[in-house]
Amino acid sequence: MRVADTLLFARRAASGTPLRTGLLVLAMSIGVAAVIVLTALGDGARRYVIEEFSAIGSNLLIVLPGRSETGGLNPANLVTTTPRDLTAEDADSLLQIKGVRKAAPIVVGSSEISVGGKLREVMLVGTSSDFLEVRRLQLAQGRFLPPNDVGLGSNVAVIGSVIRDELFGTASPLGKPIRVGDRRFRVIGVLSAGGRGMGMTTDELIIVPTATALAMFDTNTLFRILIEGGSRDELQSLESRVKKTLIERHDGEEDFTLITQDAVLQTFDKILRVLTLGVAGIAAISLAVAGILVMNVMLVSVTQRTGEIGLLKALGATAPTIRNVFLVEAAMLSLLGAIIGVALGEAGAAALRQFYPAFPAYPPIWAVVAGVGTALGTGLLFGVMPARKAALLDPVQALSKR
Amino acid sequence: MSLIQLNGIDRTFQLGDSEVHALRQINLGIDAGEYVAVMGPSGSGKSTLLNLLGLLDRPDAGHYLLEGQDATTLTAEDQARIRSERIGFVFQSFHLVPRLTAGENISLPLMLAGIAPAERNRRVASALRDFGLEDRAHHRPDQLSGGQRQRVAIARATVMHPAVILADEPTGNLDRATGEEVMELLEALNASGVTLIVVTHDQVLGARAARRLTMLDGAIVGDERKHG
Repeated sequence: MRVADTLLFARRAASGTPLRTGLLVLAMSIGVAAVIVLTALGDGARRYVIEEFSAIGSNLLIVLPGRSETGGLNPANLVTTTPRDLTAEDADSLLQIKGVRKAAPIVVGSSEISVGGKLREVMLVGTSSDFLEVRRLQLAQGRFLPPNDVGLGSNVAVIGSVIRDELFGTASPLGKPIRVGDRRFRVIGVLSAGGRGMGMTTDELIIVPTATALAMFDTNTLFRILIEGGSRDELQSLESRVKKTLIERHDGEEDFTLITQDAVLQTFDKILRVLTLGVAGIAAISLAVAGILVMNVMLVSVTQRTGEIGLLKALGATAPTIRNVFLVEAAMLSLLGAIIGVALGEAGAAALRQFYPAFPAYPPIWAVVAGVGTALGTGLLFGVMPARKAALLDPVQALSKR
Repeated sequence: MSLIQLNGIDRTFQLGDSEVHALRQINLGIDAGEYVAVMGPSGSGKSTLLNLLGLLDRPDAGHYLLEGQDATTLTAEDQARIRSERIGFVFQSFHLVPRLTAGENISLPLMLAGIAPAERNRRVASALRDFGLEDRAHHRPDQLSGGQRQRVAIARATVMHPAVILADEPTGNLDRATGEEVMELLEALNASGVTLIVVTHDQVLGARAARRLTMLDGAIVGDERKHG
């Protein structure tokens, strides 16, 4: 039998029972669509996190006080106890190193802000003028912290847009006095709304000079130092120079931890990739179920078409011909299901993107390929048994059935 | 040399615990162009004999020479090829594929034999013409009358120009008038040189054949020829 005839015959057999074929294709397409939508969610989460991190600069070097013995990122070196402080002077000294473009010390703490009787909790960040560029933030009004303020401790503050809206309403806050804790500040700038990064919004921050924040919290140690290098390629050599300088300043002891933005990114990347794979695996189970359904339906089909199979044998069909016809039919149903499934899945992912524009829910190519591949694979695998059964039917018995 | 030569054919079926001897020691020769009716009560083994002649079944013992070739030792592939090229089947219940049109049903053996579509269409068209089915070519079997269905089945059996036509109760599902038409068709084919073997338990039908075999309990008990 010619290949084209086998295809045509199998197609006619499939379209001869529209309900059966339709349900089977539906089951297969739901399986494939599930794989695509779920991996789009998983991979979307990964991209979302990566983009969040990238928002704070891609060639960043982060200095944490304290030494962690383990490599990479783990919760233990996010909260560390330190034998020796990481000071504002350390941060300032880093600016002298070749290749360091910006260095922003960071002190964080929470405090209370009050304006004309209105009071609220705020997250306070003490930093230098470089912070604005290192974190890629924009100003909505006024200006940022003045440069060269290390050690001066001016009482000026830059506030987030939500703070402005809540405390000043529509009035301009520039030049207005505010009270934070037991200190008075003058507002010199307002950050643009929508600044994000590492999961926290800058809309509800208040930013003051490093020395001022250190004095307010009565501490000497920085939370961390963000260093911006020239390019990602130079980051490796920059890291060793920063390390050398800091060790010298710390009496020969390496009591700090240097992590690169890349290392953090890679860790999250890895975690979320595994997560996506896991989700894809769960979705693949539905494909296996669809495969078993294909087998079931094809077995029923063989039984229903026993007389036809006997006839084909009487008319000179060989066992391989019969097997091919049934196998091709199973493959066609699976392929059709896979194609519709891809369309459904892509539509689902597009709908997700439509409703949550910030969430990049694009299914990865490998998931689409794997989904279609699994659909075809299971369809064929589970199609083999019914096809063999059909091919091995005894023509005499097959013909005696009506 | 005869077209069909059976020597010492035995066929036994296992039905539960008991063995059923469907064919016992059958020795039979049929020449090319003969018109043979196989008669006998149901269960006498006539259908088994027909299946065996059509290479749908294998004997447990004995030899079956078809055109001088020992068909019992052929591979399944070769048997399929012989069924395709040398044998045409006509069944009591027509056995048309319900989702295919009359033309497509007639085309089936050609398609299975791998004949090119253009040649197929030519041969199907001429078969439809020969059997007066031109205006029924695009009808599905459920849109045809019983007689038309059997004509489609006969057209399908002859489209590969077989040496022998095996018909199992070809008029069993038809009324007398259409049965008569169908038999005339088959006999016309026989007159053109095709060997015709008809299984029937209808005495009237059997009487039309030039040679009548009577079977009982798996054995041939009668072999009469019309002189003429």
